Amino acid sequence: MKLTVNGQAVQASPPARMLLSEFLREELRLTGTHVGCDTSQCGACTVHLNGEAVKSCSVLAVACDGAELRTIEGIEHRLQEAMIRHHGLQCGFCTAGVIMAGLDMIRRHGTALDRTLIRAELEGNICRCTGYHGMVEAIYEVSRDV
Amino acid sequence: MYDTLYHCPTRLEDVEQLLVESEDILCLAGGMTLIPSLKQRLMMPDALVDLAKVLSRTIRLEDAHLVIGAGARHVDVARSDLVQRHIPALAALAGGIGDPMVRNRGTLGGSLANNDPAADYPAALLALRGEVVTNRRRLSAPSFLTGMFETALEQGEVITEVRFAIPKAAAYHKCRQGASGFALAGVFLTRFADGVDSAVTGVASQAYQDPDMIAALQTGSLADWQPDDDDFLSDMHADLPYRTALLKHAANEAWKAITPT
Repeated sequence: MKLTVNGQAVQASPPARMLLSEFLREELRLTGTHVGCDTSQCGACTVHLNGEAVKSCSVLAVACDGAELRTIEGIEHRLQEAMIRHHGLQCGFCTAGVIMAGLDMIRRHGTALDRTLIRAELEGNICRCTGYHGMVEAIYEVSRDV
Repeated sequence: MYDTLYHCPTRLEDVEQLLVESEDILCLAGGMTLIPSLKQRLMMPDALVDLAKVLSRTIRLEDAHLVIGAGARHVDVARSDLVQRHIPALAALAGGIGDPMVRNRGTLGGSLANNDPAADYPAALLALRGEVVTNRRRLSAPSFLTGMFETALEQGEVITEVRFAIPKAAAYHKCRQGASGFALAGVFLTRFADGVDSAVTGVASQAYQDPDMIAALQTGSLADWQPDDDDFLSDMHADLPYRTALLKHAANEAWKAITPT
């Protein structure tokens, strides 16, 4: 299969059983995408598939033929700086997934995002350190001027 | 991850042929239930046939119905101008399934084919007098939904579109399980020119229509309605009395939403 990962052409033939998260981490060594659960609930593995946030642990790598993928390694965005400034992370395990989900909600809602909606939209990302407040503030701040 | 064979045909006939020829093969739509089930080995098929390249995602208006391609993802239904204009309750239902990443992958056809007892779409299908269109035939909602995780789909049969009748008013109220977003109790109520209709999900082995609730709605009040809880689910998330209370609450909230004040 052929796909684009962070703007670079990739050719591969992953086995059917390989999850996209495994393909990214173990084949491409893009280990910024984390795997925090086995039940598709934690969101740490969130990446952008054809521009939309998905949980890469619940997508087969072989199903991504022709796809355009973006992982945290391919992101350079003000949201990352805002996350640091607002203390939106502590241990950092969930952070890549939160940023990918945050960018997706900013893309979909833009300035219509308020803090309540951000909290609702973050329900697919589990964080056990921060209590979410800092990440909500970071996403809100960045969403103000899109 | 469970080891299996993967097919991704570009023609529906090839999907059908694979399904007929193989003993142990499952259709893969958005995979939001199937992939986690494979990971946990709750399902162990010899092969998967990916429907990504054969299912339509289009949504159209036809004879006072919304006709939605089985490949339409929850995000497509939630954000569709047509659905928001004609059946806003259906758009809201789709926007309340799982979480944003699940809604970016999970599909209408996949949800109905799975017929999870706590899923949202089966209730919409019943209350919106829906029909499931397959590559072979057209099935009414009650004849399609045959039991917990069971449907009338036969070997080689694939859902291609789903038809929802457009009501005068509709509302869906769900009491969500906090972690999964699935319904602990959900009620979909509709008002058509010829009367009200309703469906319940989350409380029993599958979504169903309660004739007593519909009779009560026709009198204009749910005050005397008592759900028959013989077959109700009772688990760590909601025991029987709590679930019954949630159901009544959901029914009242949905009824308020479709009742002109």
